[in-house]
Formats: sequence, structure tokens, C-alpha cells
Amino acid sequence: MSTAQTTLPSLGFRGTLRFMWTQLTSMRTALMLLLLLAVAAVPGSLFPQRRAGADIVETWIEDNPTAGPIMDALGMFDVYSSPWFSAIYLLLMVSLVGCLWPRGRQHLKSLRQPPARTPRNLNRLPEYGQLVLEADGPTPDQALVDAEKILKKAGYRTELRDGSVGAERGYTREIGNILFHFGLLGVIVFMGLGGLYKYEGQKIIVEGEGFTNNLVSYDSFTPGTAFSEERLHPFAIQLEDFDVVFDRESETHFGQALDYTATMQVTPAPGAETYQDTIKVNDPLTIDGVRMFLVGNGYAPNITVTDGNGDVAYSGPVIAQIQDPNVNSSLVVLKVPDARPEQLGFVGLFLPTSYTGDDGVAISIDPDAYNPELILNSYYGDIGLDSGVPQNVYVLDTETMTELNSRNNDNGGITLGVGDTYELPDNMGTITFDSWDRYVGLDVHYDPSKWGVGFFATLALVALVISLYVRRRRAWVKASAKDGHTVIEYGLLARGETFGLRDENIKLRQTFDTTWPVIPPNTSEDS
Amino acid sequence: MTPVNETLASYSELFMLIASFIYLAAFLFFSWDIATASKAVKKLEAEIATERSKQLVGAGGPAMDQPNQSRQFVSDDMEYTDGVKRPAANIGVAIMLIATLAHGFAVIARGMAASRAPWGNLYEFMTSGALVISVVYLVFLLRKDLRFVGTFVSGVVLLMMMAATVGFPTPVGNVQPALQSWWLITHVSVAVIATGIFSLTFAMSVLQLIKQRAEKNHSVTGFMRLVPSSLALENWSYRLNAIAFVLWTFTLIAGSIWAEQAWGRYWNWDAKEVWTFVIWVIYAGYLHARATRGWTGTRSAWLNITGFLALVFNYTIVNVYFPSLHSYAGF
Repeated sequence: MSTAQTTLPSLGFRGTLRFMWTQLTSMRTALMLLLLLAVAAVPGSLFPQRRAGADIVETWIEDNPTAGPIMDALGMFDVYSSPWFSAIYLLLMVSLVGCLWPRGRQHLKSLRQPPARTPRNLNRLPEYGQLVLEADGPTPDQALVDAEKILKKAGYRTELRDGSVGAERGYTREIGNILFHFGLLGVIVFMGLGGLYKYEGQKIIVEGEGFTNNLVSYDSFTPGTAFSEERLHPFAIQLEDFDVVFDRESETHFGQALDYTATMQVTPAPGAETYQDTIKVNDPLTIDGVRMFLVGNGYAPNITVTDGNGDVAYSGPVIAQIQDPNVNSSLVVLKVPDARPEQLGFVGLFLPTSYTGDDGVAISIDPDAYNPELILNSYYGDIGLDSGVPQNVYVLDTETMTELNSRNNDNGGITLGVGDTYELPDNMGTITFDSWDRYVGLDVHYDPSKWGVGFFATLALVALVISLYVRRRRAWVKASAKDGHTVIEYGLLARGETFGLRDENIKLRQTFDTTWPVIPPNTSEDS
Repeated sequence: MTPVNETLASYSELFMLIASFIYLAAFLFFSWDIATASKAVKKLEAEIATERSKQLVGAGGPAMDQPNQSRQFVSDDMEYTDGVKRPAANIGVAIMLIATLAHGFAVIARGMAASRAPWGNLYEFMTSGALVISVVYLVFLLRKDLRFVGTFVSGVVLLMMMAATVGFPTPVGNVQPALQSWWLITHVSVAVIATGIFSLTFAMSVLQLIKQRAEKNHSVTGFMRLVPSSLALENWSYRLNAIAFVLWTFTLIAGSIWAEQAWGRYWNWDAKEVWTFVIWVIYAGYLHARATRGWTGTRSAWLNITGFLALVFNYTIVNVYFPSLHSYAGF
């Protein structure tokens, strides 16, 4: 930069910048930003967020055609990644650094400096005391040496001076303060790094089935921004058995699930030895830092469908979604696009313990599978998979289909126990309820940055304790000779919070009293 | 899993009810103390005046001492002093202790009946939370004269007991697998202790504002004479909040660790997480306000009050109405 430029009116510009910087790094601005952050976080709990479920947001916007789009434009459905929320915490971080950096340097300097110089009048300090020693007591110089020893023992950093001792304590308070804020920065930085390298996915596995950790195996997958496929750890797992323990003792909570255990065969890497492990709620399975969590479960009836031509058009498990967790009645949707001459579709319920009441309606009366039954309606026609519109596997669109079986038509509904086969009307084929299995819903998470977050969060907590409870104190002791007696004067000053200063004075006084032959004061000039 | 002990469970419910009634009595006595404060102060002042005039007469001087409004009857360090006689408040404290014992038995019996920590649903969370508040209060009473917040504390505890037994009665049972974790004990108990302290300082800040106004108008009368100075209230609520803030930070971190273990992510902006964070930020602001020019006194008191209101919102509205992964647990 040329000298001409620096002398140009850019001074005003730089002055403005400096002014803004001072404003930004001032305590008041930091406080305002902090409170603004609290306010800004609230809408994210009031309105549905895309990160939690995009479909709920879309429904919300559809239900509120006026407010919806406006709120969307304001980022109310993506609060925590919105520009304004990011702006607040980024400004806060900048303000924090701008505030901490000079404070850190200042403190480093003060760490290297001796305790503050001795004030002329100690009796102006908030805590002050004076004592006169017996004539045969220590000389002023000797007394100062003693005083220095006493203060050192009390954790003070001391300096013996001409006629006085200067002492200061509690330097770690400021260190704690700086480390606390530094820890918070570390947490935010590592959370950001997590957004780059983490990945997470969901997978449903039926008993007997397996899962290999590659992209195509996942039901859904959310990568971090710097994710590449070769980062996927190449392990494989197989669900051997899923066991549920129900409460059979309690009268009020009869049938409540008490324990879930998924027994897995784990192959940690291709060619590696397979071993057995379990996943429970609150107890995930960890392979190479990849964690698998048990987040859902349910029943998967095994169903075989033959079509009108007599060919097997579907055979396998169908994931049934639990509708009522008390009795585990579950929604079954089966699409058979391979069926010919007509495509077939089935919608209905899986009832683990089916019971048909007097009204002829079957319900489940227990969450465990004591008497599993399938209650289904059937449809034929165009399932609509070829239309190009993405479909939800758990919803059968019957608009372009014709109802075949239902409680409301002459053919009636389909009720199948295990092993039962039902012949569809009009020679459309058959459906068989072969058996049932349980399935588990697994969340797969990989986030190496969590260790960094955890480390800095812990650091922040420890530093917070230090910064709040270590007391910063200054103390001075003066000694002089008067009429053959040594006169001791001392004073205490709190930097910051003054709590407990009086107690410290009393304690110091007691130590002095036991160290030196103090003449009991006949006047109560100090306490 | 150990079967539920139904006999113990029914004793627990009975004692919850008994404790509620005793708390009601404590609340009434503390209220009586407020109502009679004015009289007690006048009586003491009259005694002091006669004492003084006797001395002065004895010394031969004129009796010119008048009731002095600025005379302090309470210590700013909240030490117990032999000033004003407050029999109603003392009875209130004694009754509060009995209520807490009955309450403590009820909570422990509940935990033993189910063989687990007794805070697995909203009913249990509120009843054990109320117990912690009243224990925290009694512990502070051992060292500090906090009788002036007795009405508030017994009132809050009573309210929580009523809300739990009327609003969310839940028969004792085992908890679902998601709550079978060591973190249920640490995360929740520390959160409850922090809440107990925050509610104490909330009461102090409210009194601080009232007292401050009275001090300004030189109209400190009645019960306000028995409340420490606004500056003392501010200092003490800061000290207590510094403790509670550390506990709340721990709650936040412990909750994140548990979330990582149960769901695979330590932070997901779940409604409960958002509000825990919002509360943390408000109290962080409160602590900073003390070091900010122009933000001490009234403003920091309002910050503290805001923090507590957010806390109450978190435990009530967020629990009941907000969709959250925490809602299945009831807290």
C-alpha cells in the first residue's frame, strides 16, 4: 500500500471500520447478539422444519396458502440454516474473537508482570486491617518475609518490595473465562466439520435378511457435503433374530414393551471373520466408528401372490407399519405390479393377536403375535408405477384401480391366518399368508467430528466452573516500625465479584495472629 | 425386570396426597407471615422506641427518636438475625419440613415400587421435581434466612403436586426401553436441581424489582421491610444462578451425549433441545449482563425472570403441545 493511499480520505473509511469493529466487539453488542440468538432459535420449535420432515412443511404451506409462502421465503421452515440465523451466530463468533483476543493478550501480559504496585493508603481498600506486634516480635523486614510466605500458601503470587508485599491471586479465572468461550468456538467449528464428513441413513431389515454398507442398500441416505462413496465402511450385517420382552406382570401397563434385542451377525470388512453382536435401544452397534441405532420395529408378514395366469407374481416379506403401538395393529400395503393380466394391489391390517368381536370386526388385543391374521382389501387395475410420478410404498393409489375384495362389496374382505390361501374372485389369482417375521428399523450414523464437539463441550464446562468460582484477589501487606513495635497493615481488594472478601480477611487475620505475637487491640478500629 | 410392587405404589400415591395437604398448610402459614409482617415490624419498632427513650431518659436527654423507615431488620447477607419475631414463618418452615419428609417418602416409595429412578413420566417428573425444589429450599434455609420466599416456594411446590396428581396421574410401571439408561438419572436429576435453584432466584428477582421501586419511592413498608435490600437480592440471585447455570450446561451436554447414544445424533434442534438451548442462552445473557454497563439491576432482574418463564414454558407447553422426541417421555 502506498503512502499516498493511507493519507487519503480513506482514514475516514478506516475510522468507520474501526468504529464498527469497536461496536461489534463491545460487551453490549455481544449481549444483544446473544439475546437475539435466543429469540431467533424459537421459531424453529414453533413451525415444522424441513430438516425434520419436508412433507409436514409442504402440508403446512398448503394449509396456509397466504402465510405459508411468505414464511417459507423468510426461512421459517429452515430456521437453523437460514441466512439470518447464521448471520447472528457468525457475528456472535466474530464479536467473541474480537473480544477474547485482546483480553487473552492482556492476560498473558499480566501473567508475566508482578502483582500490582502497593497503594499508598491501604485503609481505603474494601477490606483492611492493622496489627501491632509485641516489642520482642519480628522486625518489619522479617514480618514481610513471613507475610509473603503466608500469602504464597494461600495461593497468591507475591512480590517482596521495599516495605511491603504485593500479592495477586486468581489468574486462572480469566484463563477459564477465555477457555470457556474458546471451547464454545470449538464446538461450533466441529459441528460445522461434522456437516462435511458425516453421513446418515435408514434401513429396514427383516429377520434373516442382511445389509451391506453401500449406497444402494439404504432406504434413505443423507450425506455430508464432502461425502464420497468410498468413505462408506464396507461392513455387512445380518439380522438373525429380533426379540421383544413384554410386561406380563403389571395390571396397568400389561403388554408394554420392556426390552428390544436385535441379534446381529456382523462381518466388519469383506473377508473378515463374522461375529455375533446385539443392538438395543440406548445401546447401538458400532463398527469402525459407524453406529447403528435401533429406532423402530414391527411385523413383516410373508405373503405369496399368484396372478391370473397362475404365475407367482410376488413372494416375500411385506413391511407392516405399526398404527397402534398398544396392540401393534399394523398397516399392510402390497403392490403387485408383476401380476398379469391385471396388476394387483392389497391394503389392510396385520393383527398380531386377532380377535373378532360380536360386531364382526377383527381387532388386535395384544402387541405380541399370539394369533396373527391379515385383514385385506384387494384391487386390480393400473397401480400407476409407470406414470413417472414418485410413489410412497406405504400408500396404494386406488384411483385407477377397481375394488375386488372389501367388507363393503359382495366379495367381502380377505381374512387370512398363517398358512391360509385365498382365491381371488374372477380368477384374478391367489394370495397366501405364509408366515411372519419381525423387522427392525435402523438408523446408521457416522460422524467423526462428534469427538471434537464432545471434547470442546467438556472443556467449556470445566472452564466455566473455573471462571465462575475462582476468585480474583489482590492483597498487600505493609510493615513499619513505630516506637519499637512492628506495625502491620494489610488490605484486600476483589477484582470482579466481592463475595467472601470479608471471610478472607478474617482468615488472613487469624493466620497473622497465630504467626506473630500480636498485641490484642484495645480499640475496635477494624473488624 | 423386577415386577412392580403395587402395595408400595399405593402408599406412594397416598403420601403424595398427604404431602400436598401439608404443603397447603405451610403455604397458608407463610402467607399469614406476609399478612402480619406490617404489625410485627411496628411492634418491634415500638419496642425499640421505648427502649431508646428509656435509655435517653436515663441519660437525661429528650426522647426524640421516631420510627425510622430506613432501619434494616434483615441482614443483606441473609443471615438469621434477632430482629422481628415471625412465628408464622417459623411454623411454616417446620410444616414445610414435615411435608418434605412425607413427600420424600412418597417419591422414594415410587422409585422402589418400580425399581428405577422415579422420573420416567410427567407425573413422576413433576412430583420429584417439586421434592427437589423444596429440599433445595430447606437446605438453603439451614444457612440463610430465606423465609421471605417461603410463600413462593411452598406455592410452587403445591402447584406442581396438584398439576401432577390432577393433570397427569399415571399408575406406576416400568419404563419403555428408550428411557432405560443411566443418563435418565444424571441428565434429568441435574436438570431438576438447576430448575429448583432457578425458581428460587426467580422469586428473588421479582422481590428485587418490587423492593427497588419501594426503595426509590421511600415507601418500604410491611413485608418489604423483612426482605433484604434490592442490591443484596441481586447479588444473591447472581451467585445462585452461577451455580444453576453450570448445572444447566451439564444438563445440555449430558442430554447431547444421551441423544447420541439413543438416536445417533447429539443435536437435532428437537423442540426440547431448542428450548433447553434458548434457556441456556438467556441465562448466559444474564451472567454477562452483570459485566455490562447499564445492564445491572432492573434489566438483569428482568432477564432472570424471562429465563424462568422460558423454563416454565419448556416444562409445560413444550412438553404437552410441541411435537418432540422428548414428548413420549413426558418431559
